[in-house]
Amino acid sequence: MATCKPAPDTPPLDSRSTHCGNACPWRPVRPGDGGGTVDQGQAPDSQANVTIRDRMNIVIVGSVDHGKSTLLGRLYADTGTLPEGKVERIQAICRQQGKEFEYAFLFDAFLEEQQQGVTIDTARTFFQWAGRQYILIDAPGHKEFLKNMISGAARAEAALLLIDALEGIKDQSKRHGLLLSMLGVKQVTVVVNKMDLVDYRQETFDAIEKAYRAFLAQLNVTPQFVIPGSARQGDNIARPGSRMPWYTGPTVLESLNSFSSASEKAECPLRFPIQDVYKFDACRILAGRITSGRLKVGDTLIFSPSNKTAVVRTIEAFNVDPPPTQAQAGQSVGITLDEQIFVERGEIIGHASSIPLVSTTFRANLFWLGRRPLEQGKPYVLRLTTREIECQVTAIHRIVDANDLSLDTRGTSVQQNEVADITIQARAPLAFDLHTDNDATGCFVLVDQYDVSGGGIITEMVPDREAPLRVEARQRDFAWVKGNVTVAERAMHYGHHAALVLLVGPDTTGKTFLAKQLEAVLVAEGRHAYMLDPENLRHGLDADLREGDAGETIRRYGEVARLLMDTGSLLISTTNSFNLPDDQAIDAIRTLVHPAPVLTVSLSQETGPSSLASDKSPPLRHSRSELSGNPGGDLCFTGPEDFTALARHVLAALIQKGILGEATGKPPAFQVSI
Amino acid sequence: MTHLRQLEDQSVYILREAYRHFDNLAMLWSMGKDSTVLLWLARKAFFGHVPFPLLHVDTSYKIPAMIEYRDRLAREWRLNLVVGQNKQALAEGMNHEKGRVTCCTALKTEGLKQLIEAKGYTGLILGVRADEESTRAKERYFSPRDNNNEWNFRDQPPELWNQFKTSFPPDTHIRIHPLLDWTEINIWEYIHLENIPFLDLYLNKGDGKRYRSLGCAPCTFPIQSTASTVPEIIEELRATRVAERAGRAQDEGRGMELLRKDGYM
Repeated sequence: MATCKPAPDTPPLDSRSTHCGNACPWRPVRPGDGGGTVDQGQAPDSQANVTIRDRMNIVIVGSVDHGKSTLLGRLYADTGTLPEGKVERIQAICRQQGKEFEYAFLFDAFLEEQQQGVTIDTARTFFQWAGRQYILIDAPGHKEFLKNMISGAARAEAALLLIDALEGIKDQSKRHGLLLSMLGVKQVTVVVNKMDLVDYRQETFDAIEKAYRAFLAQLNVTPQFVIPGSARQGDNIARPGSRMPWYTGPTVLESLNSFSSASEKAECPLRFPIQDVYKFDACRILAGRITSGRLKVGDTLIFSPSNKTAVVRTIEAFNVDPPPTQAQAGQSVGITLDEQIFVERGEIIGHASSIPLVSTTFRANLFWLGRRPLEQGKPYVLRLTTREIECQVTAIHRIVDANDLSLDTRGTSVQQNEVADITIQARAPLAFDLHTDNDATGCFVLVDQYDVSGGGIITEMVPDREAPLRVEARQRDFAWVKGNVTVAERAMHYGHHAALVLLVGPDTTGKTFLAKQLEAVLVAEGRHAYMLDPENLRHGLDADLREGDAGETIRRYGEVARLLMDTGSLLISTTNSFNLPDDQAIDAIRTLVHPAPVLTVSLSQETGPSSLASDKSPPLRHSRSELSGNPGGDLCFTGPEDFTALARHVLAALIQKGILGEATGKPPAFQVSI
Repeated sequence: MTHLRQLEDQSVYILREAYRHFDNLAMLWSMGKDSTVLLWLARKAFFGHVPFPLLHVDTSYKIPAMIEYRDRLAREWRLNLVVGQNKQALAEGMNHEKGRVTCCTALKTEGLKQLIEAKGYTGLILGVRADEESTRAKERYFSPRDNNNEWNFRDQPPELWNQFKTSFPPDTHIRIHPLLDWTEINIWEYIHLENIPFLDLYLNKGDGKRYRSLGCAPCTFPIQSTASTVPEIIEELRATRVAERAGRAQDEGRGMELLRKDGYM
């Protein structure tokens, strides 16, 4: 059994218990009313003037009718923290409707909840005790309202989990335990409630405690305390009950104090997801909330997945004087950088010593709340911190039975309220962590149409085809020695951003011909353009390669392209010499030159009128352009004849996407939309 | 102090999410302490700027000092103030004597509905707090309203890990509630901490009375109080167990559940 370690600043509580039976009209305890059950001089209201140290959200969970709302009502009533007249008002309503007063009615606000005697949605209730401001979140226990329970629990830092001593452990008790662990609520105290209904027998309590501890152990959760109590009778809720002398641990009220709100998150590696980029005044401010770690002025930051780096110039704040020089986990802040780099919402900022993982694919445990089942292969929107990206479930490995945590392998869909082990593939690489390493950047939700329909935690990174090249590109970028000329200055000077126009499609569609046209048009306009034909690498740089070493050929090509683009050049190229399917070549090149924009122009010989479409390729492949920020956008031409006109189309697209300035000598747009 | 900064950080995060996701966003400002703190938090979130309009649904029965204060701050903080009014109902003589819920519905709920329709707002930021009354305790940070402005509290969207409901079908809108986790005391502690200008109707000016909650003149009543400074208000609130909205007539019976279901703030 758990032992009690009362915190030093817990006020001594009255050791007497109430012996108020069911028939006895219950009375709220108020200072000075003389008839209360709390000693005079220890009126709970004396709590009011204690300085508040911190605040904490606690969720109350457990199966339906195991007494959550009653426990909450009892906690408030016995600490004298209800508003005046609240109980009397509810009692009057009860009399009117001819039903017995229940503490639960204090917080079940909706008419329907009171009529049906069931909590439908979570209520935030406010409670102050021993220098801490609590929000106690009463979560519904009914299976039908699981999404509401999860909404409440996802807000909480700790949980009270109730089990009915008479009914014992129900499916829902276990499901809630499992969901708490998935939601990252690691501090849990179990209350075995309704001990009055089992005559306060220790054997009953011991059996439930043993079984439930064993269940939680499988989830790597150790409860802080397991407390026998009776919310109805008031035993061990706000005051110790004399009817269980065999229990020497804390009351529920005392146990709240043992939950730690001291955030260790500031000591973890820095994770700062960009929420938005503002340019209200002269400076560009990156805004967001630091989810872990800390940063200070002068720190070198790495942005993932773009791999860009920059130094913190200032930390911006309104009505703070002098301005802050550092910030840490939990804070919503704004920073400016020493260099004008283009980064956007969804990137995660870290320090070089510990950067997040980057991949398109990961394995996760997911709970599904949608009315429509989760279908393998169907597109959903993945939201992970501030990143939003289309994804699909590529495998459903197992459905977890919440009751005994056994696994069931079946099917290609996950039903409402089921928990599953799945693999997710996003349309482009994104930054994340494993949930065991960092909870905020290790969890995500899936959006089905308009609705958040599921949530999950990442258990494993799955390397995709580009993983080795991505690792190489990241390490090379982080070690890159920069000159004094910034990327932005170079773009200003040339009137365009560095970019790669990649011409793809079957042989003899005129790709090389178009490449030459394009180069000529651009240079004639005074642009810094260059045709990099992969063929030119074959007999020089690649002379040592065996014929058919496609992997190494494309790697070297990508590195050369990366170098030339660092000079600010607009490269034009084909995929002719790679001996790889186009999509594979494109993905490899994108990965190596990332995050520079790559515009793919696809030529085909299909008959029919020449057309200009922007969305022809299957979602998972073409969308790789999303890598650099644009979900649609590559150009497709069928059966082209007039290559000069075609080159003009490509030029127009480059201007439209902000890569080229409107005219030579004009700076390009700051943001490239590809 | 720390708890106020934690509340501030969460509210700022919510405001930035709202600004990011809603093209046609507005904030309701009643000039009361809560929505003024909300306005201040917007200036925090956007570094001194308020990048969306502030709506005031004017019932014409407000206390005159509230209107003066509104116009002064709008000028000094360069706010984009949009005032709406249900002119037709007023022309037909609507007032509280026709029934409080009837009057609130016509001048506030209906007035707001007209403003939303006229301007096509898809996101509305409101300063409601969970501790004000029990249906607000069940609200989400991002709370959808259907095309009749109705709140379907039986089926609220899940809200996980600060991932909010930001996509919605046409003709519906989302109510955004950044102050849900704040208590009345927190509001005053924060006003004190940040030195936010507030209406002195909240202070006792020698007659032993002050307003604890501000609304329309005929339906809002001052309380007995000697508090003439913010610290004195905080001290008074810590000692009291009288509900904040005890002086608000519309809260009687089931008035608020019905009002809020139909789109009231």
